Amino acid sequence: MRRYVARRVGALAATLLFVSLLVFLVIRILPGDPAALMMGTEGSREATERLREAMGLNRPLPIQYVEWLTRALRGDLGRSIQYDLPVGELIVTRLPVTVPLALLAAVFMVAAAIPLGLYAATHHRRGGDYLAMIVSQLGISIPQFWSGLLLILFFSVTLGWVRSGGFDGWSAGVWPALRALLLPALALGFFQAAVLVRATRSAVLDVLREDYVRTARAKGVSERLVVGKHTLRNALIPIVTVAGIQLGQLMAGAIVLESVFALPGLGRLALVAIGARDLPVVQGVALFVASGIVVINFAVDLAYGFLDPRIRYE
Amino acid sequence: MARRRPFRHVTFTLGAAITLTLIATAALSIVYTPADPLAMSITGRLQGPSGGHPFGTDHFGRDVLSRVMTGAVTSIAVGLIAVGIGAGVGVLLGVLSGYLGGWVDEILMRLVDAVQGFPAILSALLFTAVFSPGMLVSMVAIGIAFVPTFARITRGSFLELRDREFVVAARALGGGDPRVVLRHILPNSLPPLIVQATTSFPVAILAEAALAYLGLGTQPPYPSWGLMLKEAQNFLSMNPWFAVFPGAAIALTVLGLNLLGDGLRDLLDPKTA
Repeated sequence: MRRYVARRVGALAATLLFVSLLVFLVIRILPGDPAALMMGTEGSREATERLREAMGLNRPLPIQYVEWLTRALRGDLGRSIQYDLPVGELIVTRLPVTVPLALLAAVFMVAAAIPLGLYAATHHRRGGDYLAMIVSQLGISIPQFWSGLLLILFFSVTLGWVRSGGFDGWSAGVWPALRALLLPALALGFFQAAVLVRATRSAVLDVLREDYVRTARAKGVSERLVVGKHTLRNALIPIVTVAGIQLGQLMAGAIVLESVFALPGLGRLALVAIGARDLPVVQGVALFVASGIVVINFAVDLAYGFLDPRIRYE
Repeated sequence: MARRRPFRHVTFTLGAAITLTLIATAALSIVYTPADPLAMSITGRLQGPSGGHPFGTDHFGRDVLSRVMTGAVTSIAVGLIAVGIGAGVGVLLGVLSGYLGGWVDEILMRLVDAVQGFPAILSALLFTAVFSPGMLVSMVAIGIAFVPTFARITRGSFLELRDREFVVAARALGGGDPRVVLRHILPNSLPPLIVQATTSFPVAILAEAALAYLGLGTQPPYPSWGLMLKEAQNFLSMNPWFAVFPGAAIALTVLGLNLLGDGLRDLLDPKTA
Protein backbone atom coordinates (compact mmCIF):
# COMPACT_ATOMS: atom_id res chain seq x y z
CA MET A 1 0.00 0.00 0.00
CA ARG A 2 2.82 2.40 0.85
CA ARG A 3 4.39 1.97 -2.58
CA TYR A 4 1.05 2.51 -4.23
CA VAL A 5 0.51 5.73 -2.30
CA ALA A 6 4.04 6.94 -3.05
CA ARG A 7 3.57 6.31 -6.76
CA ARG A 8 0.25 8.14 -6.80
CA VAL A 9 1.72 11.11 -4.91
CA GLY A 10 4.52 11.32 -7.48
CA ALA A 11 1.96 11.31 -10.27
CA LEU A 12 -0.06 13.99 -8.46
CA ALA A 13 2.98 16.28 -8.24
CA ALA A 14 3.67 15.86 -11.97
CA THR A 15 0.02 16.51 -12.82
CA LEU A 16 -0.11 19.66 -10.70
CA LEU A 17 3.03 20.89 -12.45
CA PHE A 18 1.27 20.48 -15.79
CA VAL A 19 -1.80 22.30 -14.42
CA SER A 20 0.34 25.28 -13.43
CA LEU A 21 2.12 25.21 -16.80
CA LEU A 22 -1.19 25.20 -18.70
CA VAL A 23 -2.58 28.14 -16.71
CA PHE A 24 0.66 30.07 -17.13
CA LEU A 25 0.90 29.36 -20.84
CA VAL A 26 -2.66 30.39 -21.63
CA ILE A 27 -2.16 33.77 -19.96
CA ARG A 28 1.41 34.41 -21.17
CA ILE A 29 1.96 32.77 -24.52
CA LEU A 30 -1.33 33.14 -26.31
CA PRO A 31 -1.34 36.13 -28.65
CA GLY A 32 -2.05 39.34 -26.82
CA ASP A 33 -0.06 41.24 -24.23
CA PRO A 34 -1.32 40.89 -20.63
CA ALA A 35 -0.10 44.39 -19.77
CA ALA A 36 -1.84 45.96 -22.77
CA LEU A 37 -4.97 43.94 -21.99
CA MET A 38 -5.02 45.20 -18.43
CA MET A 39 -4.42 48.81 -19.38
CA GLY A 40 -7.18 48.68 -21.99
CA THR A 41 -7.59 51.26 -24.71
CA GLU A 42 -7.12 54.21 -22.38
CA GLY A 43 -3.56 53.25 -21.30
CA SER A 44 -0.62 55.18 -22.76
CA ARG A 45 2.33 53.31 -24.26
CA GLU A 46 4.65 54.42 -21.41
CA ALA A 47 2.21 53.28 -18.73
CA THR A 48 1.81 49.91 -20.46
CA GLU A 49 5.61 49.55 -20.67
CA ARG A 50 5.94 50.38 -16.93
CA LEU A 51 3.26 47.81 -16.07
CA ARG A 52 5.00 45.22 -18.25
CA GLU A 53 8.27 45.89 -16.43
CA ALA A 54 6.54 45.75 -13.02
CA MET A 55 4.88 42.44 -13.91
CA GLY A 56 8.23 41.01 -15.01
CA LEU A 57 6.91 40.42 -18.53
CA ASN A 58 10.17 41.52 -20.15
CA ARG A 59 12.11 38.61 -18.74
CA PRO A 60 12.49 35.22 -20.48
CA LEU A 61 9.38 33.02 -20.17
CA PRO A 62 10.98 30.08 -18.30
CA ILE A 63 12.25 32.49 -15.63
CA GLN A 64 8.83 34.11 -15.37
CA TYR A 65 7.24 30.68 -14.97
CA VAL A 66 9.65 29.52 -12.26
CA GLU A 67 9.22 32.77 -10.34
CA TRP A 68 5.44 32.65 -10.63
CA LEU A 69 5.35 28.99 -9.58
CA THR A 70 7.64 29.53 -6.58
CA ARG A 71 5.47 32.38 -5.38
CA ALA A 72 2.29 30.35 -5.97
CA LEU A 73 3.73 27.46 -3.93
CA ARG A 74 4.21 29.89 -1.06
CA GLY A 75 0.55 30.88 -1.41
CA ASP A 76 1.28 34.15 -3.20
CA LEU A 77 -0.94 34.24 -6.29
CA GLY A 78 -0.27 37.89 -7.08
CA ARG A 79 -2.28 41.00 -6.45
CA SER A 80 -5.68 41.87 -7.84
CA ILE A 81 -5.63 44.97 -10.03
CA GLN A 82 -9.27 45.72 -9.32
CA TYR A 83 -9.40 45.27 -5.53
CA ASP A 84 -5.70 45.88 -4.76
CA LEU A 85 -5.74 42.84 -2.48
CA PRO A 86 -3.76 39.58 -2.61
CA VAL A 87 -5.50 37.10 -4.96
CA GLY A 88 -5.10 34.32 -2.39
CA GLU A 89 -7.00 36.38 0.16
CA LEU A 90 -9.81 37.06 -2.34
CA ILE A 91 -10.10 33.35 -3.10
CA VAL A 92 -10.24 32.47 0.60
CA THR A 93 -13.05 34.96 1.20
CA ARG A 94 -15.12 33.38 -1.61
CA LEU A 95 -14.61 29.76 -0.55
CA PRO A 96 -17.32 29.82 2.17
CA VAL A 97 -19.86 30.18 -0.64
CA THR A 98 -18.56 27.84 -3.35
CA VAL A 99 -17.39 24.94 -1.16
CA PRO A 100 -20.57 24.63 0.97
CA LEU A 101 -22.64 24.94 -2.22
CA ALA A 102 -20.73 22.10 -3.89
CA LEU A 103 -20.80 19.99 -0.69
CA LEU A 104 -24.52 20.53 -0.13
CA ALA A 105 -25.15 19.55 -3.74
CA ALA A 106 -22.95 16.47 -3.22
CA VAL A 107 -25.04 15.50 -0.19
CA PHE A 108 -28.25 15.85 -2.22
CA MET A 109 -26.66 13.90 -5.04
CA VAL A 110 -25.57 10.93 -2.91
CA ALA A 111 -28.71 10.93 -0.76
CA ALA A 112 -30.94 10.79 -3.83
CA ALA A 113 -28.87 8.69 -6.20
CA ILE A 114 -27.70 5.72 -4.16
CA PRO A 115 -31.09 4.67 -2.73
CA LEU A 116 -32.78 5.30 -6.08
CA GLY A 117 -30.10 3.38 -7.99
CA LEU A 118 -30.29 0.49 -5.52
CA TYR A 119 -34.07 0.45 -5.77
CA ALA A 120 -33.96 0.45 -9.57
CA ALA A 121 -31.42 -2.39 -9.65
CA THR A 122 -33.29 -4.56 -7.15
CA HIS A 123 -36.52 -3.97 -9.09
CA HIS A 124 -34.90 -4.56 -12.47
CA ARG A 125 -37.30 -4.28 -15.43
CA ARG A 126 -40.26 -3.52 -13.19
CA GLY A 127 -42.28 -0.32 -12.90
CA GLY A 128 -40.05 1.30 -10.28
CA ASP A 129 -36.93 0.68 -12.35
CA TYR A 130 -38.44 2.27 -15.45
CA LEU A 131 -39.68 5.24 -13.43
CA ALA A 132 -36.24 5.77 -11.88
CA MET A 133 -34.64 5.60 -15.31
CA ILE A 134 -37.11 8.10 -16.78
CA VAL A 135 -36.47 10.52 -13.91
CA SER A 136 -32.71 10.16 -14.30
CA GLN A 137 -32.90 10.55 -18.09
CA LEU A 138 -34.84 13.80 -17.58
CA GLY A 139 -32.38 14.95 -14.90
CA ILE A 140 -29.43 14.45 -17.24
CA SER A 141 -31.16 16.37 -20.02
CA ILE A 142 -32.15 19.47 -18.07
CA PRO A 143 -29.38 22.08 -17.92
CA GLN A 144 -28.51 22.96 -14.34
CA PHE A 145 -28.95 26.67 -14.81
CA TRP A 146 -32.37 26.17 -16.36
CA SER A 147 -33.55 24.04 -13.45
CA GLY A 148 -32.17 26.85 -11.25
CA LEU A 149 -34.29 29.37 -13.16
CA LEU A 150 -37.37 27.13 -12.92
CA LEU A 151 -36.83 26.75 -9.15
CA ILE A 152 -36.62 30.55 -8.84
CA LEU A 153 -39.73 30.89 -10.98
CA PHE A 154 -41.65 28.46 -8.80
CA PHE A 155 -40.37 29.01 -5.27
CA SER A 156 -39.65 32.73 -5.29
CA VAL A 157 -41.65 34.32 -8.10
CA THR A 158 -44.82 32.21 -7.77
CA LEU A 159 -44.83 31.05 -4.14
CA GLY A 160 -42.61 33.74 -2.64
CA TRP A 161 -41.09 31.29 -0.14
CA VAL A 162 -37.42 32.09 -0.68
CA ARG A 163 -35.67 34.99 -2.26
CA SER A 164 -34.38 34.58 -5.77
CA GLY A 165 -30.70 35.01 -4.95
CA GLY A 166 -28.00 36.73 -2.95
CA PHE A 167 -26.05 35.63 0.09
CA ASP A 168 -25.53 37.54 3.34
CA GLY A 169 -22.69 35.39 4.61
CA TRP A 170 -22.45 32.86 7.43
CA SER A 171 -22.18 35.58 10.06
CA ALA A 172 -25.88 36.36 9.52
CA GLY A 173 -26.69 32.89 10.83
CA VAL A 174 -26.35 29.32 9.66
CA TRP A 175 -30.00 28.85 8.69
CA PRO A 176 -30.33 31.96 6.47
CA ALA A 177 -27.05 31.03 4.78
CA LEU A 178 -28.16 27.44 4.19
CA ARG A 179 -31.50 28.71 2.88
CA ALA A 180 -29.71 30.88 0.34
CA LEU A 181 -27.73 27.85 -0.84
CA LEU A 182 -30.66 25.43 -0.84
CA LEU A 183 -32.14 26.08 -4.29
CA PRO A 184 -28.82 26.28 -6.15
CA ALA A 185 -27.63 23.11 -4.40
CA LEU A 186 -30.87 21.35 -5.38
CA ALA A 187 -30.50 22.40 -9.02
CA LEU A 188 -26.87 21.32 -9.03
CA GLY A 189 -27.42 18.07 -7.11
CA PHE A 190 -30.41 16.96 -9.17
CA PHE A 191 -28.45 16.91 -12.41
CA GLN A 192 -25.47 15.09 -10.89
CA ALA A 193 -27.76 12.66 -9.03
CA ALA A 194 -29.28 11.69 -12.38
CA VAL A 195 -25.85 10.60 -13.60
CA LEU A 196 -25.02 8.77 -10.38
CA VAL A 197 -28.35 6.88 -10.30
CA ARG A 198 -27.48 5.25 -13.60
CA ALA A 199 -23.96 4.38 -12.47
CA THR A 200 -25.25 2.93 -9.18
CA ARG A 201 -27.95 0.92 -10.93
CA SER A 202 -25.63 -0.65 -13.46
CA ALA A 203 -22.89 -1.35 -10.89
CA VAL A 204 -25.35 -3.04 -8.53
CA LEU A 205 -26.94 -5.00 -11.39
CA ASP A 206 -23.51 -6.33 -12.37
CA VAL A 207 -22.78 -7.51 -8.84
CA LEU A 208 -26.25 -9.01 -8.33
CA ARG A 209 -25.49 -11.40 -11.20
CA GLU A 210 -22.36 -12.74 -9.43
CA ASP A 211 -22.18 -16.29 -8.15
CA TYR A 212 -21.44 -15.30 -4.58
CA VAL A 213 -24.68 -13.32 -4.42
CA ARG A 214 -26.59 -16.40 -5.56
CA THR A 215 -24.69 -18.46 -2.98
CA ALA A 216 -25.56 -15.98 -0.22
CA ARG A 217 -29.22 -16.11 -1.20
CA ALA A 218 -29.14 -19.92 -1.38
CA LYS A 219 -27.69 -20.00 2.13
CA GLY A 220 -30.75 -18.06 3.27
CA VAL A 221 -29.06 -14.72 3.94
CA SER A 222 -31.74 -12.05 4.21
CA GLU A 223 -32.27 -9.87 1.11
CA ARG A 224 -31.40 -6.77 3.12
CA LEU A 225 -27.99 -8.25 4.00
CA VAL A 226 -27.42 -9.52 0.47
CA VAL A 227 -28.01 -6.07 -1.00
CA GLY A 228 -26.55 -3.97 1.82
CA LYS A 229 -23.42 -6.00 2.50
CA HIS A 230 -22.57 -8.45 -0.25
CA THR A 231 -23.70 -6.32 -3.17
CA LEU A 232 -23.32 -2.65 -2.29
CA ARG A 233 -19.79 -2.99 -0.94
CA ASN A 234 -18.60 -4.68 -4.08
CA ALA A 235 -20.43 -2.26 -6.32
CA LEU A 236 -18.79 0.69 -4.58
CA ILE A 237 -15.73 1.01 -6.84
CA PRO A 238 -17.54 2.10 -10.00
CA ILE A 239 -19.91 4.19 -7.86
CA VAL A 240 -17.02 5.96 -6.09
CA THR A 241 -15.33 6.57 -9.45
CA VAL A 242 -18.36 8.28 -10.90
CA ALA A 243 -19.13 10.17 -7.68
CA GLY A 244 -15.49 11.35 -7.50
CA ILE A 245 -15.48 12.62 -11.08
CA GLN A 246 -18.75 14.35 -10.28
CA LEU A 247 -17.26 16.20 -7.32
CA GLY A 248 -15.05 18.00 -9.82
CA GLN A 249 -18.09 18.62 -12.01
CA LEU A 250 -19.91 20.03 -8.98
CA MET A 251 -17.17 22.65 -8.58
CA ALA A 252 -17.62 23.63 -12.23
CA GLY A 253 -21.40 23.56 -11.89
CA ALA A 254 -21.22 25.74 -8.79
CA ILE A 255 -19.57 28.44 -10.91
CA VAL A 256 -22.62 28.50 -13.22
CA LEU A 257 -25.22 28.41 -10.46
CA GLU A 258 -23.51 31.22 -8.58
CA SER A 259 -24.41 33.35 -11.58
CA VAL A 260 -28.04 32.20 -11.62
CA PHE A 261 -28.51 32.92 -7.90
CA ALA A 262 -26.17 35.92 -7.63
CA LEU A 263 -23.97 34.21 -5.02
CA PRO A 264 -20.59 35.85 -4.30
CA GLY A 265 -18.46 32.73 -4.84
CA LEU A 266 -15.34 31.83 -6.82
CA GLY A 267 -17.20 31.79 -10.14
CA ARG A 268 -18.56 35.30 -9.68
CA LEU A 269 -15.10 36.44 -8.63
CA ALA A 270 -13.61 35.13 -11.89
CA LEU A 271 -16.44 36.42 -14.09
CA VAL A 272 -16.25 39.93 -12.63
CA ALA A 273 -12.46 39.80 -12.93
CA ILE A 274 -12.77 39.05 -16.66
CA GLY A 275 -14.97 42.10 -17.13
CA ALA A 276 -12.40 44.20 -15.25
CA ARG A 277 -9.41 42.66 -17.10
CA ASP A 278 -8.05 41.56 -13.72
CA LEU A 279 -5.73 38.83 -15.06
CA PRO A 280 -4.05 37.83 -11.76
CA VAL A 281 -7.47 36.97 -10.30
CA VAL A 282 -8.55 34.90 -13.33
CA GLN A 283 -5.19 33.12 -13.31
CA GLY A 284 -5.39 32.51 -9.55
CA VAL A 285 -8.95 31.15 -9.61
CA ALA A 286 -8.18 28.90 -12.61
CA LEU A 287 -5.07 27.52 -10.90
CA PHE A 288 -6.94 26.98 -7.65
CA VAL A 289 -10.01 25.27 -9.12
CA ALA A 290 -8.06 23.09 -11.59
CA SER A 291 -5.67 21.98 -8.82
CA GLY A 292 -8.65 21.28 -6.57
CA ILE A 293 -10.22 19.02 -9.21
CA VAL A 294 -6.92 17.21 -9.80
CA VAL A 295 -6.52 16.63 -6.04
CA ILE A 296 -10.08 15.26 -5.82
CA ASN A 297 -9.32 12.84 -8.69
CA PHE A 298 -6.17 11.80 -6.84
CA ALA A 299 -8.18 11.13 -3.67
CA VAL A 300 -10.57 8.96 -5.72
CA ASP A 301 -7.58 7.02 -7.08
CA LEU A 302 -6.32 6.46 -3.53
CA ALA A 303 -9.79 5.38 -2.42
CA TYR A 304 -9.69 2.63 -5.08
CA GLY A 305 -6.56 1.26 -3.51
CA PHE A 306 -8.31 1.02 -0.17
CA LEU A 307 -11.52 -0.41 -1.58
CA ASP A 308 -9.95 -2.96 -3.87
CA PRO A 309 -6.61 -4.54 -2.86
CA ARG A 310 -6.09 -5.89 -6.39
CA ILE A 311 -5.49 -2.37 -7.73
CA ARG A 312 -2.55 -1.77 -5.38
CA TYR A 313 -0.64 -4.74 -6.70
CA GLU A 314 -1.04 -4.05 -10.38
CA MET B 1 -32.35 -11.41 -33.77
CA ALA B 2 -34.23 -8.58 -32.14
CA ARG B 3 -30.97 -6.68 -31.91
CA ARG B 4 -30.80 -6.39 -35.67
CA ARG B 5 -34.00 -4.44 -35.87
CA PRO B 6 -33.05 -1.09 -34.39
CA PHE B 7 -36.47 0.47 -34.83
CA ARG B 8 -38.04 -2.12 -32.53
CA HIS B 9 -35.83 -0.62 -29.83
CA VAL B 10 -37.99 2.03 -28.14
CA THR B 11 -35.10 4.11 -26.74
CA PHE B 12 -33.27 4.17 -30.05
CA THR B 13 -36.39 5.00 -32.07
CA LEU B 14 -37.47 7.80 -29.75
CA GLY B 15 -33.93 9.23 -29.64
CA ALA B 16 -33.57 9.03 -33.42
CA ALA B 17 -36.95 10.72 -33.91
CA ILE B 18 -36.10 13.63 -31.60
CA THR B 19 -32.63 14.00 -33.11
CA LEU B 20 -33.97 13.99 -36.66
CA THR B 21 -36.52 16.66 -35.67
CA LEU B 22 -33.67 18.76 -34.27
CA ILE B 23 -31.63 18.43 -37.45
CA ALA B 24 -34.69 19.15 -39.61
CA THR B 25 -35.49 22.25 -37.51
CA ALA B 26 -31.95 23.52 -37.81
CA ALA B 27 -31.92 22.89 -41.57
CA LEU B 28 -35.30 24.55 -42.00
CA SER B 29 -34.23 27.61 -39.98
CA ILE B 30 -31.48 28.28 -42.52
CA VAL B 31 -34.05 28.80 -45.31
CA TYR B 32 -37.20 29.65 -43.38
CA THR B 33 -38.24 31.01 -39.98
CA PRO B 34 -41.74 32.32 -39.17
CA ALA B 35 -40.23 35.76 -38.54
CA ASP B 36 -36.80 37.38 -38.83
CA PRO B 37 -35.00 36.16 -35.65
CA LEU B 38 -33.18 39.50 -35.37
CA ALA B 39 -36.10 41.84 -36.17
CA MET B 40 -37.10 43.92 -33.15
CA SER B 41 -40.51 45.38 -32.36
CA ILE B 42 -40.79 47.91 -29.55
CA THR B 43 -44.56 47.56 -29.33
CA GLY B 44 -44.61 43.77 -29.20
CA ARG B 45 -42.20 43.14 -26.31
CA LEU B 46 -42.45 40.24 -23.83
CA GLN B 47 -45.67 38.80 -25.16
CA GLY B 48 -46.91 35.37 -24.14
CA PRO B 49 -47.59 32.64 -26.70
CA SER B 50 -50.15 33.65 -29.35
CA GLY B 51 -51.16 32.75 -32.89
CA GLY B 52 -48.69 35.25 -34.37
CA HIS B 53 -45.88 34.25 -32.02
CA PRO B 54 -46.43 30.63 -30.84
CA PHE B 55 -43.51 30.92 -28.34
CA GLY B 56 -44.13 34.60 -27.54
CA THR B 57 -41.64 37.43 -27.93
CA ASP B 58 -38.53 38.52 -26.05
CA HIS B 59 -37.57 41.84 -24.44
CA PHE B 60 -36.82 43.35 -27.85
CA GLY B 61 -40.04 42.06 -29.35
CA ARG B 62 -38.20 39.39 -31.37
CA ASP B 63 -40.04 36.17 -32.23
CA VAL B 64 -38.89 33.50 -29.75
CA LEU B 65 -39.87 30.56 -32.00
CA SER B 66 -37.67 31.85 -34.82
CA ARG B 67 -34.82 32.42 -32.38
CA VAL B 68 -35.19 28.95 -30.86
CA MET B 69 -35.11 27.48 -34.40
CA THR B 70 -31.97 29.43 -35.33
CA GLY B 71 -30.41 28.53 -31.98
CA ALA B 72 -30.52 24.87 -33.04
CA VAL B 73 -27.90 25.64 -35.71
CA THR B 74 -25.59 27.18 -33.09
CA SER B 75 -25.98 24.16 -30.81
CA ILE B 76 -25.32 21.62 -33.55
CA ALA B 77 -22.35 23.56 -34.92
CA VAL B 78 -20.68 24.06 -31.54
CA GLY B 79 -21.45 20.47 -30.53
CA LEU B 80 -20.00 18.92 -33.68
CA ILE B 81 -16.85 21.03 -33.74
CA ALA B 82 -16.21 20.64 -29.99
CA VAL B 83 -16.54 16.84 -30.20
CA GLY B 84 -14.31 16.95 -33.30
CA ILE B 85 -11.61 18.88 -31.42
CA GLY B 86 -11.84 16.61 -28.37
CA ALA B 87 -11.78 13.43 -30.44
CA GLY B 88 -9.01 14.63 -32.76
CA VAL B 89 -6.60 15.75 -30.05
CA GLY B 90 -7.61 12.97 -27.64
CA VAL B 91 -7.15 10.17 -30.17
CA LEU B 92 -3.78 11.57 -31.22
CA LEU B 93 -2.56 11.70 -27.60
CA GLY B 94 -4.01 8.23 -26.93
CA VAL B 95 -2.30 6.73 -30.01
CA LEU B 96 1.09 8.19 -29.05
CA SER B 97 0.67 7.14 -25.45
CA GLY B 98 -0.60 3.63 -26.06
CA TYR B 99 1.62 2.77 -29.01
CA LEU B 100 4.91 4.22 -27.82
CA GLY B 101 4.48 3.43 -24.11
CA GLY B 102 7.36 4.09 -21.68
CA TRP B 103 8.16 7.62 -20.59
CA VAL B 104 6.16 9.17 -23.46
CA ASP B 105 3.09 7.38 -22.09
CA GLU B 106 3.88 8.48 -18.54
CA ILE B 107 4.29 12.17 -19.48
CA LEU B 108 1.27 12.28 -21.79
CA MET B 109 -0.95 10.63 -19.21
CA ARG B 110 0.05 13.20 -16.57
CA LEU B 111 -0.76 15.91 -19.11
CA VAL B 112 -4.15 14.29 -19.69
CA ASP B 113 -4.72 14.15 -15.90
CA ALA B 114 -3.91 17.86 -15.76
CA VAL B 115 -6.30 18.68 -18.62
CA GLN B 116 -9.00 16.83 -16.70
CA GLY B 117 -8.70 19.59 -14.09
CA PHE B 118 -10.12 22.05 -16.63
CA PRO B 119 -13.84 21.62 -17.16
CA ALA B 120 -15.16 23.57 -20.16
CA ILE B 121 -16.19 26.46 -17.93
CA LEU B 122 -12.74 26.89 -16.48
CA SER B 123 -10.98 26.82 -19.87
CA ALA B 124 -13.54 29.26 -21.20
CA LEU B 125 -12.89 31.60 -18.25
CA LEU B 126 -9.14 31.46 -18.95
CA PHE B 127 -9.49 31.97 -22.72
CA THR B 128 -11.98 34.79 -22.31
CA ALA B 129 -9.50 36.60 -20.09
CA VAL B 130 -7.17 36.75 -23.11
CA PHE B 131 -9.46 36.65 -26.17
CA SER B 132 -12.89 38.13 -26.59
CA PRO B 133 -15.70 35.67 -25.84
CA GLY B 134 -17.49 34.00 -28.73
CA MET B 135 -18.48 30.72 -30.36
CA LEU B 136 -14.86 29.82 -31.14
CA VAL B 137 -13.87 30.12 -27.47
CA SER B 138 -16.72 27.83 -26.44
CA MET B 139 -15.91 25.26 -29.13
CA VAL B 140 -12.26 25.08 -28.10
CA ALA B 141 -12.99 25.13 -24.35
CA ILE B 142 -15.58 22.35 -24.62
CA GLY B 143 -13.34 20.37 -26.98
CA ILE B 144 -10.46 20.52 -24.50
CA ALA B 145 -12.70 19.15 -21.77
CA PHE B 146 -13.36 16.06 -23.96
CA VAL B 147 -9.67 15.35 -24.67
CA PRO B 148 -8.95 13.21 -21.55
CA THR B 149 -11.78 10.72 -22.16
CA PHE B 150 -10.93 10.18 -25.83
CA ALA B 151 -7.22 9.90 -25.00
CA ARG B 152 -7.84 7.29 -22.29
CA ILE B 153 -10.17 5.17 -24.42
CA THR B 154 -7.74 5.19 -27.35
CA ARG B 155 -4.76 4.42 -25.13
CA GLY B 156 -6.66 1.54 -23.51
CA SER B 157 -7.49 0.01 -26.90
CA PHE B 158 -3.91 0.43 -28.11
CA LEU B 159 -2.43 -1.18 -24.99
CA GLU B 160 -4.79 -4.10 -25.49
CA LEU B 161 -4.25 -4.46 -29.23
CA ARG B 162 -0.59 -3.65 -29.80
CA ASP B 163 0.67 -7.15 -28.90
CA ARG B 164 -2.19 -9.08 -30.48
CA GLU B 165 -1.35 -11.60 -33.18
CA PHE B 166 -2.73 -9.67 -36.14
CA VAL B 167 -0.68 -6.61 -35.15
CA VAL B 168 2.48 -8.65 -34.63
CA ALA B 169 1.83 -10.31 -37.99
CA ALA B 170 1.39 -6.95 -39.73
CA ARG B 171 4.68 -5.81 -38.27
CA ALA B 172 6.44 -9.07 -39.20
CA LEU B 173 5.26 -8.56 -42.79
CA GLY B 174 7.18 -5.31 -42.84
CA GLY B 175 4.44 -2.82 -41.95
CA GLY B 176 5.90 0.42 -40.61
CA ASP B 177 4.51 2.17 -37.53
CA PRO B 178 2.12 4.50 -39.39
CA ARG B 179 0.70 1.60 -41.39
CA VAL B 180 0.28 -0.64 -38.34
CA VAL B 181 -1.40 2.16 -36.39
CA LEU B 182 -3.66 3.48 -39.14
CA ARG B 183 -4.59 0.27 -40.95
CA HIS B 184 -4.62 -2.27 -38.16
CA ILE B 185 -4.96 -0.92 -34.64
CA LEU B 186 -7.01 2.27 -35.07
CA PRO B 187 -9.90 0.69 -37.05
CA ASN B 188 -10.25 -1.91 -34.31
CA SER B 189 -10.39 0.81 -31.63
CA LEU B 190 -13.23 2.66 -33.32
CA PRO B 191 -16.47 1.26 -31.79
CA PRO B 192 -15.94 2.60 -28.23
CA LEU B 193 -14.77 5.91 -29.72
CA ILE B 194 -17.94 6.20 -31.78
CA VAL B 195 -20.10 5.53 -28.72
CA GLN B 196 -18.07 8.13 -26.79
CA ALA B 197 -18.54 10.71 -29.54
CA THR B 198 -22.30 10.10 -29.50
CA THR B 199 -22.53 10.51 -25.74
CA SER B 200 -20.26 13.60 -25.79
CA PHE B 201 -22.47 15.47 -28.25
CA PRO B 202 -25.34 16.22 -25.81
CA VAL B 203 -22.78 17.12 -23.13
CA ALA B 204 -21.30 19.64 -25.57
CA ILE B 205 -24.73 21.14 -26.23
CA LEU B 206 -25.33 21.56 -22.48
CA ALA B 207 -21.88 23.12 -22.05
CA GLU B 208 -22.44 25.53 -24.96
CA ALA B 209 -25.69 26.68 -23.38
CA ALA B 210 -24.00 27.16 -19.99
CA LEU B 211 -21.12 29.16 -21.49
CA ALA B 212 -23.47 31.36 -23.51
CA TYR B 213 -25.54 31.87 -20.36
CA LEU B 214 -22.44 33.06 -18.49
CA GLY B 215 -21.57 35.43 -21.34
CA LEU B 216 -18.46 33.42 -22.23
CA GLY B 217 -19.81 31.86 -25.43
CA THR B 218 -22.04 32.95 -28.28
CA GLN B 219 -22.59 36.72 -28.16
CA PRO B 220 -25.73 38.77 -28.82
CA PRO B 221 -27.60 39.40 -31.04
CA TYR B 222 -26.91 35.93 -32.47
CA PRO B 223 -29.43 33.46 -31.04
CA SER B 224 -28.15 30.75 -28.73
CA TRP B 225 -30.41 28.88 -26.34
CA GLY B 226 -28.18 29.59 -23.33
CA LEU B 227 -27.95 33.27 -24.21
CA MET B 228 -31.75 33.48 -24.53
CA LEU B 229 -32.09 32.05 -21.02
CA LYS B 230 -29.67 34.63 -19.68
CA GLU B 231 -31.77 37.38 -21.25
CA ALA B 232 -34.99 35.78 -20.01
CA GLN B 233 -33.82 35.68 -16.40
CA ASN B 234 -34.37 39.42 -15.96
CA PHE B 235 -37.99 39.13 -17.06
CA LEU B 236 -39.04 35.99 -15.16
CA SER B 237 -41.92 37.71 -13.40
CA MET B 238 -43.12 39.60 -16.52
CA ASN B 239 -43.00 36.78 -19.09
CA PRO B 240 -42.01 33.37 -17.69
CA TRP B 241 -42.61 31.75 -21.11
CA PHE B 242 -39.54 33.51 -22.40
CA ALA B 243 -37.45 31.30 -20.06
CA VAL B 244 -39.47 28.15 -20.67
CA PHE B 245 -39.14 27.59 -24.44
CA PRO B 246 -35.37 27.90 -24.94
CA GLY B 247 -34.79 25.74 -21.83
CA ALA B 248 -37.24 23.14 -23.08
CA ALA B 249 -35.47 23.16 -26.45
CA ILE B 250 -32.15 22.35 -24.75
CA ALA B 251 -33.70 19.66 -22.54
CA LEU B 252 -35.54 17.99 -25.43
CA THR B 253 -32.46 18.01 -27.68
CA VAL B 254 -30.20 16.60 -24.98
CA LEU B 255 -32.84 14.00 -24.09
CA GLY B 256 -33.11 12.90 -27.72
CA LEU B 257 -29.34 12.62 -28.15
CA ASN B 258 -28.96 10.75 -24.85
CA LEU B 259 -31.67 8.27 -25.80
CA LEU B 260 -30.05 7.83 -29.20
CA GLY B 261 -26.65 7.22 -27.55
CA ASP B 262 -28.11 4.72 -25.06
CA GLY B 263 -29.97 2.95 -27.84
CA LEU B 264 -26.85 2.75 -30.00
CA ARG B 265 -24.85 1.31 -27.13
CA ASP B 266 -27.51 -1.30 -26.44
CA LEU B 267 -27.64 -2.25 -30.11
CA LEU B 268 -23.87 -2.39 -30.56
CA ASP B 269 -23.01 -4.09 -27.28
CA PRO B 270 -24.10 -7.73 -27.17
CA LYS B 271 -23.72 -7.86 -23.39
CA THR B 272 -26.69 -5.59 -22.73
CA ALA B 273 -29.08 -7.24 -25.17
